[in-house]
Amino acid sequence: MFHYLGNPNRARVLPGFGITMGYTVLYLSVIVLLPLSALLLKSAGLGWERLWQTISHPRVLASFKLTFGAATIAATINALFGLIVAWTLTRYKFPGKRLMDAMIDLPFAMPTAVSGIALTAVYAPRGWIGQYLEPLGLKVAYTPLGITLALVFIGLPFVVRTLQPALADLDQEIEEAAASLGASRLQTFWRVIVPTILPALLTGFALALARAIGEYGSVIFISSNLPMKTEIASLLIISKLDQYDVAGATAIAAAMLAISFGMLLAINAVQHFVARRAEGGA
Amino acid sequence: MAIEVAHISKSFGAFKALDDVSLKVNDGELVALLGPSGSGKTTLLRIIAGLETPDRHPDAAIRFQNEDVSGRAVGERGVGFVFQHYALFRHMTVFENVAFGLRVRRRATRPSKEEIRDRVERLLALVQLSQFSRRYPSQLSGGQRQRVALARALAVEPQVLLLDEPFGALDAKVRQGLRAWLRRLHDEIHVTSVLVTHDQEEALEVADRVVIMNNAKIEQVGPPDEVFHQAKTEFVMEFLGQVNVFRGRVRLGKATLGELTVDYPPYKDDAERPATVYMRPHEFRIQRHRNGQPNFAAKVARIHSAGALARILLRTNAGEDVLVDLSLEEFGRLRLREGETVYLYPQNARVFVPQLASCAASGEYAI
Repeated sequence: MFHYLGNPNRARVLPGFGITMGYTVLYLSVIVLLPLSALLLKSAGLGWERLWQTISHPRVLASFKLTFGAATIAATINALFGLIVAWTLTRYKFPGKRLMDAMIDLPFAMPTAVSGIALTAVYAPRGWIGQYLEPLGLKVAYTPLGITLALVFIGLPFVVRTLQPALADLDQEIEEAAASLGASRLQTFWRVIVPTILPALLTGFALALARAIGEYGSVIFISSNLPMKTEIASLLIISKLDQYDVAGATAIAAAMLAISFGMLLAINAVQHFVARRAEGGA
Repeated sequence: MAIEVAHISKSFGAFKALDDVSLKVNDGELVALLGPSGSGKTTLLRIIAGLETPDRHPDAAIRFQNEDVSGRAVGERGVGFVFQHYALFRHMTVFENVAFGLRVRRRATRPSKEEIRDRVERLLALVQLSQFSRRYPSQLSGGQRQRVALARALAVEPQVLLLDEPFGALDAKVRQGLRAWLRRLHDEIHVTSVLVTHDQEEALEVADRVVIMNNAKIEQVGPPDEVFHQAKTEFVMEFLGQVNVFRGRVRLGKATLGELTVDYPPYKDDAERPATVYMRPHEFRIQRHRNGQPNFAAKVARIHSAGALARILLRTNAGEDVLVDLSLEEFGRLRLREGETVYLYPQNARVFVPQLASCAASGEYAI
């Protein structure tokens, strides 16, 4: 449908491929590649055996499980509810819509520590909501549930903001076409709308996931940070550094990098597949 | 299936899109709704489809074969709808698009996989797209996409086919081809069809009957030939084809404009009233000399002869522009030059007096 590259033989109004490309490569190298390779080099200095030993330590494995598990759950919840929020904000007109729309960005803008403290205040056993959940046997603060909640909080804008343009682009005629062909509302939603916005939904999911994996500030306040139970990987890295175990810290970091990279790659692959279908092969 | 629209009105806020419109479409007929944008034609089509609900009115009804379908949702009316911008499902192949209407049916009425495949293949053959069944919409041209949309609408075996400016987004050449093709297709499958268009050529060429709409109302309904040659209102006269408009007066059974006088029997009063006189560009003869017949002088301003007709723009002494179409043969015989003065002999004129019935003063009339 779109040819982003345009006709290669056609003269452009704005020149500057050389300088922009050069800048891109330099920028990516300095900002992204250099620190990452330093990280890898540092952990490689450890030797395979010690590296493996550090990573396979039960406490480290537990923190990985918690970090990636909670992040995945949070991103999934965000994908679902973010879709509903984005849907409401793009489809309908109602008083207070702009205010609500602005609120979406709050988790973005707030310092994460502030979010963490705020969430803890609300969900702690004596907090506003926590005090009513406690008698029900539902502990939120200082548990994996609390961590997931914090990750949901900070991930929401990613899903909503990526979905909004995709939903706004949806042609109402497509829904009318489906309805005129006899599709029920549910069929129209699942067979026509969802596949069309799936690429954007996946992007939002991937962004929320990536953010949740790396989240530190808000989590350490709502988590009790108990080893094996509520200790996230980022915190473990910090505590290793506190003990001057730089090699250990980089080993964990390198492992996280590898896993995150693998997950994003997988999502990208799915996305590519879906987008190809949505845009029609080519 | 015959369609009957009775006393339908529709307002969007303060804007009145349809004002008490009634219309009958016969079984197997292809009717075109023609009008300028904002005339209400698309709204009428969408109300027939059930995509829009008409304003409440005790006599308002949409009947398919004498059965009121007003209460039925679009999916239950048995209509096929073709949208201006195709509205294809872009994540589905051509095949899947066409099969969609069959696949979403409840299990009890859903055809088997093989039946669906057979039917889709038949439809793709009908719209001449068999070899494209595995393509995605984005890999097709506009004309091909609209044919897919048509096949998709036909797949559910609609009782009524509704087309909303189906060729509006295509370029002129493709549009012309598809227009002829649509007419052939209609002759083949005979499904009652309503086509919305703002292209008069399209409406006049394709439809059995043309409904001309303006300002939320129907101006005239009739076969293409009739609406073109026997316009009932000034709007239809001006909207269809090209026409020269003159301001004149009527009195005692005659209409006068400048040096010209035309019979107008319906108005026999002594009191003078303003009138509008219309003359089509092809209803003139041009001569270099005056004879006894009614004529008026005009100066040749511009000649455009690159076409099937020679189109001459002239200016009268009163400064009015007159457009005249001559056959190339006649044009060649006359050898007109820009700047020379000639005499125009109108062969036909139509007079409209506000609030009075129109009357054609035609043929070899006298002054």
